[in-house]
Amino acid sequence: MNNNLIQYILGIADNSLILGQRLGELCGHGPSIETDIALTNISLDLLGQTRSYFQYVAQLQGGDANEDTVAFLRLEREYKNVLLVEQPNTDFGYSIARQFLYDVYHLALLEELQDSKDEQLAAIATKSIKEVLYHVRFSSDWIRRLGDGTEESHNRIQTAINDLWIFTDELFHQTDADKVMVAEGIGVDVAMLKENYYKKVTAILEEATLQIPEVEYFQKGGKQGIHSEHMGYILTEMQYMQRTYPNMTW
Amino acid sequence: MSEQEVKNLEQMFQARIDNDEKIEPKDWMPEKYRKTHIRQISQHAHSEVVGMLPEGNWITRAPSLRRKVALLAKIQDEGGHGLYLYSAAETLGISRDELIAQLHSGEAKYSSIFNYPAVTWADMGTIGWLVDGAAIMNQVALMGTSYGPYSRAMVRICKEESFHQRQGYEILLTLCNGTPEQKAMAQDSINRWWWPSLMMFGPRDADSPNTEQSVKWKLKRKTNDELRQAFVDQTVPQANILGLTIPDPKLKWNEERKHYDFGEIDWEEFWQVVKGHGPCNKQRLSDRINAHEKGQWVRDAAMAYAEKQANKEEKQAI
Repeated sequence: MNNNLIQYILGIADNSLILGQRLGELCGHGPSIETDIALTNISLDLLGQTRSYFQYVAQLQGGDANEDTVAFLRLEREYKNVLLVEQPNTDFGYSIARQFLYDVYHLALLEELQDSKDEQLAAIATKSIKEVLYHVRFSSDWIRRLGDGTEESHNRIQTAINDLWIFTDELFHQTDADKVMVAEGIGVDVAMLKENYYKKVTAILEEATLQIPEVEYFQKGGKQGIHSEHMGYILTEMQYMQRTYPNMTW
Repeated sequence: MSEQEVKNLEQMFQARIDNDEKIEPKDWMPEKYRKTHIRQISQHAHSEVVGMLPEGNWITRAPSLRRKVALLAKIQDEGGHGLYLYSAAETLGISRDELIAQLHSGEAKYSSIFNYPAVTWADMGTIGWLVDGAAIMNQVALMGTSYGPYSRAMVRICKEESFHQRQGYEILLTLCNGTPEQKAMAQDSINRWWWPSLMMFGPRDADSPNTEQSVKWKLKRKTNDELRQAFVDQTVPQANILGLTIPDPKLKWNEERKHYDFGEIDWEEFWQVVKGHGPCNKQRLSDRINAHEKGQWVRDAAMAYAEKQANKEEKQAI
């Protein structure tokens, strides 16, 4: 069993899982039916990607592992998602800002992952990239609408961007497993994506008449399994059925 | 227009319907036909949108990734159905905003079924099987309705609904083939949803004053009681396959009628829910109103942005 590879995949897939879960909370509560459908659609894409990654992880783990044991039976410290995706849906502005800050990164990551030496990862990336292109378009458009909309929307999205900015640097951190995978030509050297990421994000924020936040310190920890206090609640809800009724088929 | 002229128009209009012609948005129609259709189509649209809530509340807790994804896809379809139906209603000269305001003020109704709580995972199966099943019964009949846009919306919607119903049934089948706990969960769910599902067909024919007019306009091809009977006849054998009991001691096959006889609906409960006092009426409506009010700034932003963009393009054109 290639533990580094498993850890590497989880580092990507857990982002999709937790962000998909967050978006799922919004169903039926959006500002319009159109945005409701769009956010549900993004959630659906992300969870679909999660399934592909987790099926691969389960295959690597062998034994009784399956996509659901990977998704539902790990402890909080074992989830490798970045802190950004577990942040709450404080308002539509936060949901959009979180989505935008993640989508731009996600697209850049998948563009590189397509060339992974691991065929299965490359295939998942190629399939997912079509979906993520749509996500980037949706979230960037909303950044522009909210930023260059009314005074209220401008202020709200600026606040959300300011608050979430501190979680962006972690996107470019690498765990030990990540480094091993990069060395083997399987993983993406995310540090190389950083400059371009901030360039792209900055361009769209400026187009949306928004300020680029200046922060002194960034937050990190998710990739090491040290999450915010939000995470326990997300997992409690998400894992409830599998924990209450173990070993059943649904 | 003189009274006689209106009468002539009405006769011609009815002749077209009797001849199975579709009425289209630009055609003349009696005011009452327009109003009845606005009421029914918008009620239908509201039901799709409010119906997203009981199922939406299980997305984050779905027991497997496969089920979670399927549930998301289903709810997304429902949002889409809401959009078709609002568009169909708008062809009758009313805006979506006005229709939504009617929902929020309580002037417009939505299906009473969504005022029941979805308390266990099995309810995701039962809602698909029974609630979508009852909806299909109604909607298949509506595919032949006289108003073109409504009839076409029904054709599209029915295809997806049939898929949802199968999906729901499959959830229950999995539970019934599972552990005793899972089967008990399924049975409990049927016990709670059976009667509310039968109520989806509306009051008894004797208490349904609009039926005669609706039949004339082909808005109703079958009466409430006929549809309800067809639903029971179709559903009981499906329950048998699941190995589940229908919570009705009076339910019995009637060889003479070639139909199932069944017990009396609790009409007091029906009217209580219809009048806004069901278990979730207040919650559902306040969720919708909240979403709308909290989303105002977002919709305002989109409008302001669109105007700015249009102005920019205009300037460039000059």
